[in-house]
Amino acid sequence: MESIIERITRGHFWDFHGGIHPPEQKFLTSSKPIKQLTLPKQLIIPLQQHIGREGDLLVSTGDHVLKGQALTLGTNPMMVPIHAPTSGTISAIKQSVIAHASGLSQLCIFLDVDGEDTWRKRNVCPDLELLSNSDIIEKISDAGIAGMGGAGFPTHIKASSKPEINFLIINGVECEPYITSDDLLMMEHSDAIVDGINILDKLLTPAFILIAIEDNKPKAIKAMQHATAGIEKIKVCVVPTKYPAGGEKQLIQILTGQEVASGRLPIHSGIVMQNVATCFAINEAVRHDTPLLRRVVTVTGQALNKPQNVWALLGTPINFLLEQCDVQAIENDKQPVIMGGPMMGFSVSSELVPIIKTSNCILVPSKVEMPSAFEKESKEVECIRCGQCSDVCPSQLLPQELQWSAKAKDYPQLEKLNLSDCIDCGACAYVCPSQIPLVHYYRVAKAEIREQQQLDLKAEKAKVRFEARKLRLEKEKIARQEKHKKAAAARKAAMNKATPEATGAKSAVAAALARVKAKKASKGKVQTQDDTANSQTDVPADIANDQKSQVSAAIARAKAKKKLKAEAANKQLSSGKSVDEPVKSIPVKTPEIKAPQPSVDDKKAKISAAIAKAKAKKLAKSTDVAESDKITVDSIDETSVVEKTVNTDDKKAKISAAIAKAKNKALAEAKAETEAEASNEENIQSNESSDSVNSKSVTSDETSSMPSQVKSKSTNAAMDKKAKIAAAIAKAKAKKKLKEASSNDQTDQDSV
Amino acid sequence: MNILFAILVLGSIAAIFGALLGFASVRFKVDADPIVDQLDALLPQTQCGQCGYPGCKPYAQAVADGEAINKCAPGGEDTIKKIADLMGVEVQPLDDSHVQGDAPKNNRPKVAFVIEEDCIGCTKCIQACPVDAIIGAAKQMHTIIIDECTGCDLCVAPCPVDCIEMRELPDTIHNWQWDLTSIPVKQLD
Repeated sequence: MESIIERITRGHFWDFHGGIHPPEQKFLTSSKPIKQLTLPKQLIIPLQQHIGREGDLLVSTGDHVLKGQALTLGTNPMMVPIHAPTSGTISAIKQSVIAHASGLSQLCIFLDVDGEDTWRKRNVCPDLELLSNSDIIEKISDAGIAGMGGAGFPTHIKASSKPEINFLIINGVECEPYITSDDLLMMEHSDAIVDGINILDKLLTPAFILIAIEDNKPKAIKAMQHATAGIEKIKVCVVPTKYPAGGEKQLIQILTGQEVASGRLPIHSGIVMQNVATCFAINEAVRHDTPLLRRVVTVTGQALNKPQNVWALLGTPINFLLEQCDVQAIENDKQPVIMGGPMMGFSVSSELVPIIKTSNCILVPSKVEMPSAFEKESKEVECIRCGQCSDVCPSQLLPQELQWSAKAKDYPQLEKLNLSDCIDCGACAYVCPSQIPLVHYYRVAKAEIREQQQLDLKAEKAKVRFEARKLRLEKEKIARQEKHKKAAAARKAAMNKATPEATGAKSAVAAALARVKAKKASKGKVQTQDDTANSQTDVPADIANDQKSQVSAAIARAKAKKKLKAEAANKQLSSGKSVDEPVKSIPVKTPEIKAPQPSVDDKKAKISAAIAKAKAKKLAKSTDVAESDKITVDSIDETSVVEKTVNTDDKKAKISAAIAKAKNKALAEAKAETEAEASNEENIQSNESSDSVNSKSVTSDETSSMPSQVKSKSTNAAMDKKAKIAAAIAKAKAKKKLKEASSNDQTDQDSV
Repeated sequence: MNILFAILVLGSIAAIFGALLGFASVRFKVDADPIVDQLDALLPQTQCGQCGYPGCKPYAQAVADGEAINKCAPGGEDTIKKIADLMGVEVQPLDDSHVQGDAPKNNRPKVAFVIEEDCIGCTKCIQACPVDAIIGAAKQMHTIIIDECTGCDLCVAPCPVDCIEMRELPDTIHNWQWDLTSIPVKQLD
């Protein structure tokens, strides 16, 4: 390090690769003092004027704000607040074109200036020694200071760097043609700048402070040397003029001979660099409690009558500055206005674009001066592989290789060629004899690579979220299955528990089974029966009787019917005798069922509809037998009005619908039934035997003129024999009650 | 005697190499098919299912198993080219059934947007979203997390009141791209 200082004191510096010497054009403005402007009518203050994020709004439309009042609040180190550059009323907060190459809009605060320029209350710090380092950093942060050299990196982050600092470099090189704002600031405010440097010295405690100034600014050099006279630590370094000596990495190489490696920051080598204008702003903020409200802007170019440096309030629209500097009349072509220097600046799309913290120059060139700015079409021709671009590249890249890869959109190759180390200085494009706008190609490629990286990140995130969702769904599914399993187990347990203790339940089940069986038998018989009319109407009536159980029974029956029909048909075919048996037994059942029917009529018309449906089903099923068909039709006429209407309306449709319904039900119940059947095979067998018993009793019933009562007795008898038919008793009892209730009706029907 | 010797030598060589191969197959066992992961990395991870597979990974698996490489609509030509490079097959144009009828050239990213006053809170879109980018609860208004939305379109169809539409992301200085047409640059061939 000693050798570095020795070399510096001797005035010997290193050199960086490449670089160019474009016409400086600084004479346009360097000899005139910085002009104080009158207040503009309106300021347009973008919320974001630095690298990072915009702060949170503190004001709203219609608010009156004082000069220096904070308009946004930074809640995060990368958020830098902005302040009202003068007093006035906020007329709007809306999207407006900002100083960006894209010409896109961003949120801006429109401040109608009241002309009073009233300050908010300020706390001027009398003695710097009273402030701690953290106080100073807070002041810098609150003042909204961001690097004023062009990048706009929040200064308070750089000023609070932790590691040991060897060199604090103050960048007053200002290598880009035309621009003289730092030059003028050093000439006029060298003491303030040195005060700012001292504050940074207190914060960072570097081993040495180097102020770098190009040798084309003799007045500035003299002023700074004068201001730093007697301070051992600070050395004013006069570096040879070469573009882009003001680049951070290039300047470090010139002064210290160290190269900052690709992808690393100067701070890793113990070096911090600040712009002279930033030092001035730090001094203002810390000593005078003046936030960053204004900056020196070089308004230059041969299209202006009075090119000069001005103190511009942040948010001043460009057209106001141009008016102050007297734009010459422009013939025909649209006058290009370039923000930034001629090498790295961009054309602004609107004259309402405001000055922000990083705008150091407004360039309005004449046609003679910069013809390329007026041309619509590029004069680009084929690359001749002269290699001049790689000779001048300060980052030692291969611009022509980069150009080909950029045109081919070969992004992996561009990354291999270290496109990210390109500082967009434009030296390659400046020397290119084929007038290839190389930097434009690089900018496009850089933007696309950045976009691709963002997309990759997003894809990665989407993938993670997709995987997480799949996992979650899987978990939920397993949880659901487990829940179902548990519920099923609980049900099973409850059933097992119930069977031993509650014989009632058991018997109920048995009863249901018996009923099902009985109905099956009856249905089988019905097919061939002459009196099916009565029986059919009656069977559904039975259902209606004790509704709940009947519904399930009906379902079971529907199912059973099908089976039995087939069976019965077979039986019929096989033996005429066997057919006779059911024929006999049917009348027994019919009266039994018949009895409740009138009560059903009393109860609900709906039930009768249900009956009709059930009947229709039967009809459909028994269509094979022509006789039964006729009979059922007759029976329909007999049974009820509702039925009639239903049937007459559209029998067929209704029937088919009913069949479909029945089938569905049957399907649904199929499983349950098969289970029941499996368990009840014994029952069925016994039922069959009981049926035979029934049939016997039935025959006796037939002889007697009071079918219902007799029959119930007969069933009782049957029940006595077999425990299974206990259910039938219960049913019969229920029926009896109903029968008694509507005994008159019964008799009527019977007579019918 | 000689023949016995020869058999012995050849047999021992066979045994040595057999052991070597057996060891290598255990020692250098490859768990997953690395090509599937490589393919998955090339796919855009929108999980949109337009390829007919339930997500990007299943399609990657299918491509590895010989499925056509041109079914990824969100990835477009670029993805097809990359997959073709990886698989060593010919580049194919995007499958006809996957080319969107209207303006296929417009590849500006889109995200779903819920018209909030129309939303009835049915949660159907939430169930459809492959990346959980929709917030909402039953009978509560739903909304889309723009940053998480992949623009896969899957939530649009299930909406019973058609309150979801795909909107282009607005241009900001963060996603803005230098446009060669706005800069006087002539493309040379």
